[in-house]
Amino acid sequence: MSEGTRVGVVTFPGSLDDGDARRAVKLAGAEPVVLWHADADLRGVDAVVLPGGFSYGDYLRCGAIARFAPVMGEVVRAAGAGMPVLGICNGFQVLCESHLLPGALVRNDHQRFLCKDQRLRVESSATAWTSAFAPGQEITIPLKNGEGGFVADEATLDRLEGEGRVVFRYLEGNPNGSLRDIAGISNERGNVVGLMPHPEHAVEELFGPGLDGLGLFASVLSAGLRAVSA
Amino acid sequence: MSAPATSALDTVERAAQTPEHPQPWSELGLKADEYARVREILGRRPTGAELAMYSVMWSEHCSYKSSKVHLRTFGEHLTEDMKASLMVGIGENAGVVDIGQGWAVTFKVESHNHPSFIEPYQGAATGVGGIIRDIMAMGARPVAVMDSLRFGAVDHPDTARVVPGVVSGVGGYGNCIGLPNIGGEVVFDPSYQGNPLVNALCVGALRHEDLHLANARGVGNLVVLFGARTGGDGIGGVSVLASETFDAGGPSKRPAVQVGDPFQEKVLIECCLELFHAGLVEGIQDLGGAGLSCATSELASAGDGGMLIHLDRVPLRDPSLAPEEILMSESQERMMAVVTPANVEAFLAVTARWDVEAAVLGEVTDGDHLVVQWHGETVVDVPPRTVAHDGPVYERPYARPASQDALQADAPTAARLARPAGGEELRATLLRMVASPNLCSRSWVTDQYDRYVLGRTALAMPDDAGVVRIDEESGLGVALSLDGNGRYARLDPRTGAQLALAEAYRNVAATGAKPLAVTDCLNFGSPEDPGVMWQFAEAVQGLALACEELGVPVTGGNVSLYNQTGDRGLDSAVLPTPVIGVLGVLDDVARRTPSGWREAGRNVYLLGTTRDELGGSEWAWAEHGHLGGLPPALDLAHERLLADVLVQCSRDGLVEAAHDLSDGGLAQALAESSLRFGVGARVWLDELCERDGIDPFVALFAESAGRALVAVPREEEVRFTDMCTARGLAHLRIGVTDAVAGEEPVLDVQGLFSVPLAELGAAHAATLPRHFG
Repeated sequence: MSEGTRVGVVTFPGSLDDGDARRAVKLAGAEPVVLWHADADLRGVDAVVLPGGFSYGDYLRCGAIARFAPVMGEVVRAAGAGMPVLGICNGFQVLCESHLLPGALVRNDHQRFLCKDQRLRVESSATAWTSAFAPGQEITIPLKNGEGGFVADEATLDRLEGEGRVVFRYLEGNPNGSLRDIAGISNERGNVVGLMPHPEHAVEELFGPGLDGLGLFASVLSAGLRAVSA
Repeated sequence: MSAPATSALDTVERAAQTPEHPQPWSELGLKADEYARVREILGRRPTGAELAMYSVMWSEHCSYKSSKVHLRTFGEHLTEDMKASLMVGIGENAGVVDIGQGWAVTFKVESHNHPSFIEPYQGAATGVGGIIRDIMAMGARPVAVMDSLRFGAVDHPDTARVVPGVVSGVGGYGNCIGLPNIGGEVVFDPSYQGNPLVNALCVGALRHEDLHLANARGVGNLVVLFGARTGGDGIGGVSVLASETFDAGGPSKRPAVQVGDPFQEKVLIECCLELFHAGLVEGIQDLGGAGLSCATSELASAGDGGMLIHLDRVPLRDPSLAPEEILMSESQERMMAVVTPANVEAFLAVTARWDVEAAVLGEVTDGDHLVVQWHGETVVDVPPRTVAHDGPVYERPYARPASQDALQADAPTAARLARPAGGEELRATLLRMVASPNLCSRSWVTDQYDRYVLGRTALAMPDDAGVVRIDEESGLGVALSLDGNGRYARLDPRTGAQLALAEAYRNVAATGAKPLAVTDCLNFGSPEDPGVMWQFAEAVQGLALACEELGVPVTGGNVSLYNQTGDRGLDSAVLPTPVIGVLGVLDDVARRTPSGWREAGRNVYLLGTTRDELGGSEWAWAEHGHLGGLPPALDLAHERLLADVLVQCSRDGLVEAAHDLSDGGLAQALAESSLRFGVGARVWLDELCERDGIDPFVALFAESAGRALVAVPREEEVRFTDMCTARGLAHLRIGVTDAVAGEEPVLDVQGLFSVPLAELGAAHAATLPRHFG
């Protein structure tokens, strides 16, 4: 059943890692589907990835314009119905701007763009995008952004922690000033996940720090299977 | 304010009627004889718009008037053998090289030095943007960038202004446009104070059939300008003209540095590729220096007819711009295409899909003139070749400076400069050297660059060369290295240029790639100084000869002169700095050789011979502030042999790591290979010292060319040594990689000293953050 899983990857003007996300989907064994920002059409996909980049140049606030793209209305609707949605980096910012996830991403506390191989802990394997990991598993995937500091008010942070919705946490030093070292979170239902680091850059042995990123894309295959059989 | 512009319009008709009208040719940088020549070509005085075009196209930057006579040397030393894989050579936007399997790559390095000093962020950002458009104009998808940066003394207050701006400009543009930055250089030297060098390289990939050239052919074909709107940025000196054309109160000083918009350029890349693949483009040219003046005159002169342009159709950001200013504007993110009338509707549909603005400006005509009209009145009517190609050519006087002999005589002998002796002194020297400004870790810079985007990067800094995959199925890829050494070139420009080429060539080979082609960025002082001109002539000669001997053609590049502040002759010029980029090909990037050690128990071999060569070395400079003597000797036949062996090693899987020896010598290479993954080594120098007749200090810090360090697994040792012996390459086992579980890794030079990698790494990493935060 999972062979037929179709994962859409949205291309906004200024998306940069859309090709990498499609490659990762393919390497994980699913079928990548190109979704265009201006089309209010998800083309019958089973899951959606919002990739990294600088949508619309990010000249206003990262992700602030992308949330108004025609495709996003469909993504929000589908997410509400339980479809797995993953936002990576700029995609995470778009999810926050779209209120599918709480909080916001602000400029790195050291004020510089930072590209490095980042150690993370998978805090929750109870989401559509992390079920292939063991709880507490440590992974290394690239981090690369200028505005990756996760912020939210204390009450929201407490709720995220309490409900087990902190999905990834930075290890070996906080790279950008994210509150409580948070690298990624999920919605209440666990079908929508956003993270700053880039799993799609750790899916081939020679072209990144390893294969740890594949787990996210493999997870959604079994999630898709559950949705179909349910 | 718009009325006077039309009433004062300097038309061709008016120019013919007012031959005595005074013109600001001198303010625009033309010499009296150059202005006279323009009048002779046209048979009348030029209009204001024509004067603007000639002045900017005949500038040093666009016309290469001082360097042209020397650059011909490259063509004279181009053999049939070197042409074999060359699809497009010098003269187009960028050279194109056949790498097999139906793929070609195009690559070029270009300078953006002066703008980066005035406005570091935008100067550097638009330098990256400009070279990317050159690559796009060939029909290629840009796949990676590199940057070679040179700044003043690391602790000078102005360096703290320029470095963060330039680095975030290079990063800001490349990161936002989605191109991995895979390597380059960062060098500090007081000669670059006030004259930083920002050289940016881009490489792109294309299928053979997608190759596009910059020419306007086919009478009736349409000329389309697309991309960003045209504004007042980058006009610089032409504002003199504008203020003359307009009455007082008109637009005054325009910003001379362009402002970049990488988002616009990212969209432009995708839009261009869609246009190419749909077969909608006959000819294409990017708009860079000299803007529309350059694009129209170059397209027209490379075509088979004339061209008519309606300048009033150019979409403007600032509606008050005068015709001269529109012709001169260097607004970024613009391209010009030649499109058949049948395709223009489809062309405009693609640009609309990407929200890219496009305007049909005019057409290819059956005449032989470039005619530019402004609201129906002719403001330019010129033979385009006279603008684009027939500019002045200078035979600048050049002479070996009288001071050169004394400089070369001041060799860093043991009597002249105190050398460390004994384990303790060598250990302390090593720790200072790995922390010195030019040898310390570049992570503070390179961590600000995205090296992962596109998923093609098989190697990036701090490896010897960047390696990117071109074909996802076969693994076909290319390696690129960008190197220069201004101190070597100051001591001997000819050998210095050759050493830069040899280093880049060696770096590419160290990754296992076969070197194929060269691009160069020649950064020098004022060509009006005979000493500088001698440096330039020597460097070009040396480079051309070495390229011939190594069998790698120069495919294109850039000359940047006037990198000089003050009038103290050679002492106010930058060090002569030819920056050389070498491109190599790997059949499968899976067999690329990294520079760092990953495993213990690998035998470490030194390839090549070490001599007492410390002239221009990092040691002499960092420890004594000394620059004198001669640079290391170069044996090009040996370089070729070494490269062949390194490529063979990769092909046959004989080595696990390879690292070129250059600045800082063996000591630096040992430090870098061990620090990469935290695997230490035990090293012994006795045999090396005995074989080469040197002492441990020379063994560690001399910068002899033609050397590399390789890590050989035990099971491949016999095959490896047999091959070196058969090929006649000097090779010597000088150590073994070492890691004991539970023990701290160390670099141990037996009988002399031992340094924990933690201590070495801390010293290496601390320098740039200490200076730049």
